[in-house]
Amino acid sequence: MSGTPIDKIAQATPHAVASKVRGLSDRAIAWLFVGPSIVLLLAVNIFPLIWTINLSFTNFKANRLRDVDYIGLRNYERILTDSDTWQSMQATAHFLFWTIFFQVLIGFALAYLINKKFKGNDMWTTIIVLPMMLSPAVVGNFWTFLYQPQIGLFNYVVEFFSGVDASSFSMIGDVSLAPWSIVIVDTWMWTPFVMLICLAGLRSIPDSIYEAAECDRASKWRQFWTLTVPMVLPFLMLAVLFRGIENFKMFDLVVQLTGGGPGSLTTLTSIDLKREAFEKWRTGYASAYAVILFVPSLA
Amino acid sequence: MKASKLLMATALTAVTGLGATSASAESMTLCWAAWDPANALVELSKDFEAQSGIDMEFEFVPWPNFADRMLNELNSNGTLCDLLIGDSQWIGGAAENGNYVKLNDFFDAEGITMNDFIPATVTGYAEWPKGTPNYWALPAYADVVGWTYRRDWFERPELMAEFKETYGYDLGVPADLGQLKDIAAFFQGREIDGKTVYGAALYTERGSEGITMGVTNALYNFGFEYGNPENPYEELDGFVNSAGAVAGLEFYKDLYDAGAAPGSSNWYMGENIDAYKSGQVALQMNFAFIWPGVNADPNVGGDRTGYFANPPGPAGQFAQLGGQGISVVANTDNMEGALAYIKWFAQADVQAQWTEMGGASAMRSVVEAEGFADEQPYNQAFLDSMAIVKDFWAEPSYASLLLPMQSRVHNYVIAGQGTAQEALDGLVEDWVEVFEDEGLR
Repeated sequence: MSGTPIDKIAQATPHAVASKVRGLSDRAIAWLFVGPSIVLLLAVNIFPLIWTINLSFTNFKANRLRDVDYIGLRNYERILTDSDTWQSMQATAHFLFWTIFFQVLIGFALAYLINKKFKGNDMWTTIIVLPMMLSPAVVGNFWTFLYQPQIGLFNYVVEFFSGVDASSFSMIGDVSLAPWSIVIVDTWMWTPFVMLICLAGLRSIPDSIYEAAECDRASKWRQFWTLTVPMVLPFLMLAVLFRGIENFKMFDLVVQLTGGGPGSLTTLTSIDLKREAFEKWRTGYASAYAVILFVPSLA
Repeated sequence: MKASKLLMATALTAVTGLGATSASAESMTLCWAAWDPANALVELSKDFEAQSGIDMEFEFVPWPNFADRMLNELNSNGTLCDLLIGDSQWIGGAAENGNYVKLNDFFDAEGITMNDFIPATVTGYAEWPKGTPNYWALPAYADVVGWTYRRDWFERPELMAEFKETYGYDLGVPADLGQLKDIAAFFQGREIDGKTVYGAALYTERGSEGITMGVTNALYNFGFEYGNPENPYEELDGFVNSAGAVAGLEFYKDLYDAGAAPGSSNWYMGENIDAYKSGQVALQMNFAFIWPGVNADPNVGGDRTGYFANPPGPAGQFAQLGGQGISVVANTDNMEGALAYIKWFAQADVQAQWTEMGGASAMRSVVEAEGFADEQPYNQAFLDSMAIVKDFWAEPSYASLLLPMQSRVHNYVIAGQGTAQEALDGLVEDWVEVFEDEGLR
């Protein structure tokens, strides 16, 4: 017998245990390893999901000790016929579409520029990615100051470039501007993330492909559309997927920035859901709401 | 050697074990909002600690998160708080869900009587159901929405003359809500000492309870009722959305449009204080708890500021009640200590000291004492305001009632969507649904 650690462990294993393990197949040993993870997954993910679906058919309120009745599809019916729900879904769709649109556009452009070799390249990359390292709650909070009509830097910048009086408009108070105010902040914060993913895509393209294209006398424009874009596209789709999932459940940044207002114009579905579940404590109703929102996320 | 180690280990175990027992038995946690009065309470409580030998610990949560944090604590039967100074609207839910200890027997045994407190605070902070002698708290901090104004600006001859010429009456403390709006409009966008200033800092906050705490000061005074007083759950239509209520909501929007500072679409207590202290606004709506701080402020304090109760409207003069009562949390593992604190806090001399240190006692012997009204420049306004208070629903479902009001009112006043009638009709529908869910209709 050699003296390797594995041999020592094998020797030290009690005979009773060793005889049991010796009889296990590879598949059984594999199950032994993944079993705990699966049990944990079932306990913290699958069971709550099934329980939520079950609660969605009841009038359960988590803060009340009273009888719970099964009310069929009533919660679903009320949610889907509630104009406020549709308004928050509309607000979420607006936020989702425009944030992803701008982040992809600007993120890809920045990645394309950063990918070029120039002096200070690394420093600019670091500066650009700083916003995504901040806490969303902090970002939401300090942008409320930047958006202040009297003292906010944002309004002064707009005044400087457009001549519009800084105190004449309020980004988070104006009905037409508020939905854009959250798009701007999210774009500012998360464009660097998209940029990094695009940069990874751009740097994965071998120079030899471009060299071959040069030999074939392909123009820069043609190289961009027929080589760069198709080869970065899988990375870009990944970024869209990540940002889509993240922004569909966006909560903290918007709560800090607008509180869901003015009125309900920036009340995203996640904010609405939180209010139903943990402020109104309509647990059954909120469960149905969560199930409805789960469908597009899954899709 | 072995024996000495064993002895040391035993002694250490005994000491740590005893220490743990001692800490849990001789300390208590009091939960409240994080604001100036809470700091005063920490100082005041040192007297209790000295007398009782119980260490007081404090959990103070900033206002925007206070309700969320504490209601979650109560609903989850948490053990963080032994004593809780909770908002007046929570009392129905906390009483019915068994989160607070009913204090009637304790009050009787200790000779504590609610007759010693301002009646409105007893109803607002201690009773559930309202109007019945069932007490779940001791009135702890009397508060109400009122107004501060820049007296130094109001007394400038050139502004007084211009105001009189424009509106036909003297610039001063507004006699009614109409005059309040005139004054706010008069100062809006005005240049004073080389700086552009605005009319008023109003409650407009969307996320928690801000705009509701503001708009009710207009609604009440124009005739809004939370339903038929005889049968509030059954008859909302015609009370919540009466012609007077609609006029009140329209008034608040007009006030916001005519005199609110730009960018004030989501302001509550903190933002209003900042706007006033930085000299941005002539008028400030806020709870009276801020008045001592304003009075002491180097920029706007002293003679530069005046205070007044919410002015009357066509249907009377009312103001939104604030403030809280102190309750014993049913889950406490130190019931004796918690009750001892209540007993200590209910003493007249402690209450007098409480007010002196920056609190706001609701005890009549304190606020009705000779000379109280003149002790501080804001005391008379405080007494006037406490005499006209009304409060929001305190039902167990208060949060479900509050959220649609926040949404409907904010939608109309700030976002300018729909009409006041539509907003209040919608509110009636929302509240009817809540009461149906609760089995009250």
